[in-house]
Amino acid sequence: MSPTLTRRDFLRGTAAVGAGLAAGFNFPAISRAQGGKEPIKVGVLHSLSGTMAISEVSLRDVVLMAVDEINAKGGVLGRKIQPVVVDPASNWDLFAEKAKQLLLQEKVAVVFGCWTSVSRKSVLPVFENNNGLLFYPVQYEGEECSRNVFYTGATPNQQLIPGAEYLMSKEGGGYKKFYLLGTDYVFPRTANKILRAFLKAKGVPADSIAEEYTPFHHQDYQTIVGKIKRFSAGGGAAVLSTINGDSNVPFYKEFANQGLRAEDVPIMAFSVAEDELRGMDTAALVGHLAAWNYYQSVSTPQNKKFVQAFKAYAKKNNLPGGDKRVTDDPMEAAYFGVYIWKQAVEKAGSPGVDAVRQATYGQEFLAPGGKIKMHENNHHAYKPVLIGEILKDGQFKVVWRTKGLVEPEPWSEYTSPDKGCDWVNHKGTYQKA
Amino acid sequence: MRALVASFALAVCAVVPAAHAAPPPDLARPLADLGREDAAARETAVKALGARNDPKLLPLFEALRAGSVYVWSRPGAAPQVVIGGEKSTAGDRDVMALAAAYGAEPLGVQAPVAELREVPVDRALRLVIKPFIDALSSRGELLDPDPAIRRAAATKLGQRGDLRTAAALREALVTEADRWTRATIEEAIAIIELGRGDAAARAAAATRLGALHSANALPALRAARDVPTAAAAVRRLERWQLFGTTIETLFQGLSLASILLLMALGLAIIFGLMGVINMAHGELMALGAYATYTMQNWFAGHLAERWFDYYFLAALPFAFLVAAAVGLLLERGVIRFLYGRPLETLLLTWGVSLIIQQGLRQWFGAANVDVRAPRYLSGGVPIMAGVQLPYNRLFIIGLAAVSVAVMYALLFRTTVGVKIRAVMQNRQISSCLGIRARRVDAGTFALGAGLAGLAGCALTQIGNVGPELGQNYIVDSFMVVVTGGVGKLAGTIAAALGIGGLDKAIEPGLGAVYGRVLILVLVILFLQRRPSGLFALKGRNADA
Repeated sequence: MSPTLTRRDFLRGTAAVGAGLAAGFNFPAISRAQGGKEPIKVGVLHSLSGTMAISEVSLRDVVLMAVDEINAKGGVLGRKIQPVVVDPASNWDLFAEKAKQLLLQEKVAVVFGCWTSVSRKSVLPVFENNNGLLFYPVQYEGEECSRNVFYTGATPNQQLIPGAEYLMSKEGGGYKKFYLLGTDYVFPRTANKILRAFLKAKGVPADSIAEEYTPFHHQDYQTIVGKIKRFSAGGGAAVLSTINGDSNVPFYKEFANQGLRAEDVPIMAFSVAEDELRGMDTAALVGHLAAWNYYQSVSTPQNKKFVQAFKAYAKKNNLPGGDKRVTDDPMEAAYFGVYIWKQAVEKAGSPGVDAVRQATYGQEFLAPGGKIKMHENNHHAYKPVLIGEILKDGQFKVVWRTKGLVEPEPWSEYTSPDKGCDWVNHKGTYQKA
Repeated sequence: MRALVASFALAVCAVVPAAHAAPPPDLARPLADLGREDAAARETAVKALGARNDPKLLPLFEALRAGSVYVWSRPGAAPQVVIGGEKSTAGDRDVMALAAAYGAEPLGVQAPVAELREVPVDRALRLVIKPFIDALSSRGELLDPDPAIRRAAATKLGQRGDLRTAAALREALVTEADRWTRATIEEAIAIIELGRGDAAARAAAATRLGALHSANALPALRAARDVPTAAAAVRRLERWQLFGTTIETLFQGLSLASILLLMALGLAIIFGLMGVINMAHGELMALGAYATYTMQNWFAGHLAERWFDYYFLAALPFAFLVAAAVGLLLERGVIRFLYGRPLETLLLTWGVSLIIQQGLRQWFGAANVDVRAPRYLSGGVPIMAGVQLPYNRLFIIGLAAVSVAVMYALLFRTTVGVKIRAVMQNRQISSCLGIRARRVDAGTFALGAGLAGLAGCALTQIGNVGPELGQNYIVDSFMVVVTGGVGKLAGTIAAALGIGGLDKAIEPGLGAVYGRVLILVLVILFLQRRPSGLFALKGRNADA
């Protein structure tokens, strides 16, 4: 035998070692696969950078917390859940690209994600063409009914209509004139279309409704508040606000400084939640109202546990804000979405999309805000509606809540009375007879 | 409410239970009935209590609505209806401070939460409670020390009250000293009489409402077609409203102009006089805003509560200095190597703006931060019926005026100003004459940056404070300077007034979205006609 080490010998040697190493590393994975215990992959599609990061990062956090909780209790069907987090960076095209990556490359069983309607619209074809499954956690304008999406946030009739109804009720103050004010994009435009139709149906004359929009990041609300002041002269007027994000502070400040008070002219907001109130000077907002399906202050035992768990989770994982973090409506919807999916997988006995979809219909869960139930056929959730009053510490006090759960109506009965959404007896959106 | 909490805090310290007024004997039964399981019995009890019209019951009703009324069943005593207060922990159990149901005086005890059962309040009961609270609280509010609360109470009573309320309002009018509150109370009385009095009283009320310029009465007057004097009153009111709207629009235009001017003033110096396209101008404003935030936190953390409101006065110079220091660093560090190369400075300052933005995000977090308005900048001063000028906007108008005056004095009345203008006009010759041009450059840049910081400080009273603050204002700042004419301070002032006034004049008709579009179109058209702006530099160094 030659004492010199030839190149072939060397290669052979390293190959053997490499194979041995690879085998060694792969060994546990192989054994897991043989026992049927490989993890189930789920996608998390929330913007972690860009303009929407300020809201969406909290949703990623709460989804990962739910996954952690489930894994700590043994996972689903004896398998762990393995989250795959991607960052679509508030870029609508990137949302579609990342969704494709999650479905085709990572082969995830389900995706939890999106916030803005435009991002959801952008991923919709991806999920529909590849038969994926998306859980969407934010209240939205409705008028959508996709086979591949479960909507855990509110439909218009679970937020907008009760908000207006409350203001019109005797207890809410019996308001008769409404100023619809929003940021100029799809949600406020559609929301106000529905609100206007609703108010008209309730007999509010057209000259008692005003409608106005401002650009994104609008700062100067002098003229609009002046108009509201004249509009509200004589009393009985309220503002229904779908103003988005950073325009809220200048608006509420100007409102207070021009001498309008929440007791006389309340603002009912549909886009201001606890997470947005972080970092706001709340003095000018106190006493105004919001309509949601959940507040951090809801006093159920499971909510106390949820809030504590989230603060502890944020602290443990060194998330910015630590235990000063708050929970809000979209976060709760994102959180129970994970559990609904888990229960559906257990009922179906596999994470396959079609089986899970069938199993999701009618699924119930004791969410932090109270019991919720997925609809039997329209992919949305039965939810309670709560009217909250803004307090000084940026929290809400619940002043009114619906008796039971409100049935979701993706197509508003006021703007599209002839349309319905049903994936069991029909093929999605259908014409009512 | 605050007094209530304070009294609870006192009660915690007290060992001996405080003596409290016992409820009148005939109230004992309804008070006890509140604790019954039967919802109908509770409703009857509330109605019986409400009929008493006793102000001492107001805290109970308010607590009922808030869900903090409890039945306290302790061993060896009859169950008692109480108002719950602050919760705390004593040893290993949760306890709650309690107050008497009647009069809400603290009982001076800490009851274990386990002994308390919440009195359930549903919507039906709340509906019953609300009118009692309204009636009791408005009466109390008419005597509140804060005139704004008194005015709001009077307005509310005017809208909902009856002739008996009118008598109560007249009583309040006797002692009322504040001019605007008097007007509001008179208005409320007249509105009530217009709705419910006899024919002569209604006619007199209509005339009086016209004289009071009461916008609140307009819908009622329009509806009262059978009152002969109403039509004249409506006409009078509509004339007054037009007048009021005009004043308001003028003020709004002036306010927007002052904000634009404050933002653009620093840029007018850096871009206008020095010719540096400073894309980081917005971020210098953001630095000023964050300096204000820092100052606020320092005041909150180190000084007594009563000094807190003064943080803003300290923040003004602080914001100026912080931004000026960063500006100086920027000029000394990089910009001085790039004078006369506008494209490179544009890219460089844009890069600097990104660095500052990200730095703020790292240091303070990506979320907006909360800058509280000091008390003297909240609210507003009513100047005529229906028009109230917010203090924060008045302050900014004043600040802008002072800044402009100081800048004029500095540039045209001092030696420093002469040097600045000399260097900006002709660097070589100024150097030959013994002016240290480099130092003047650095100083001027720092001055411009400091003004941006000052603007940032003022803007905390109007809008949000976040890392992207600068981005929202930079376009407007450049728009004002370019429209005004680069290099002319007077042009900047004129442009700010013009754009601000025009914007506010257009907005009521077109709405904020199209108003904004129209303004941009007008600016483009204007610059097409006069590329060098309102006040063009003339002469040999016009394009230097």
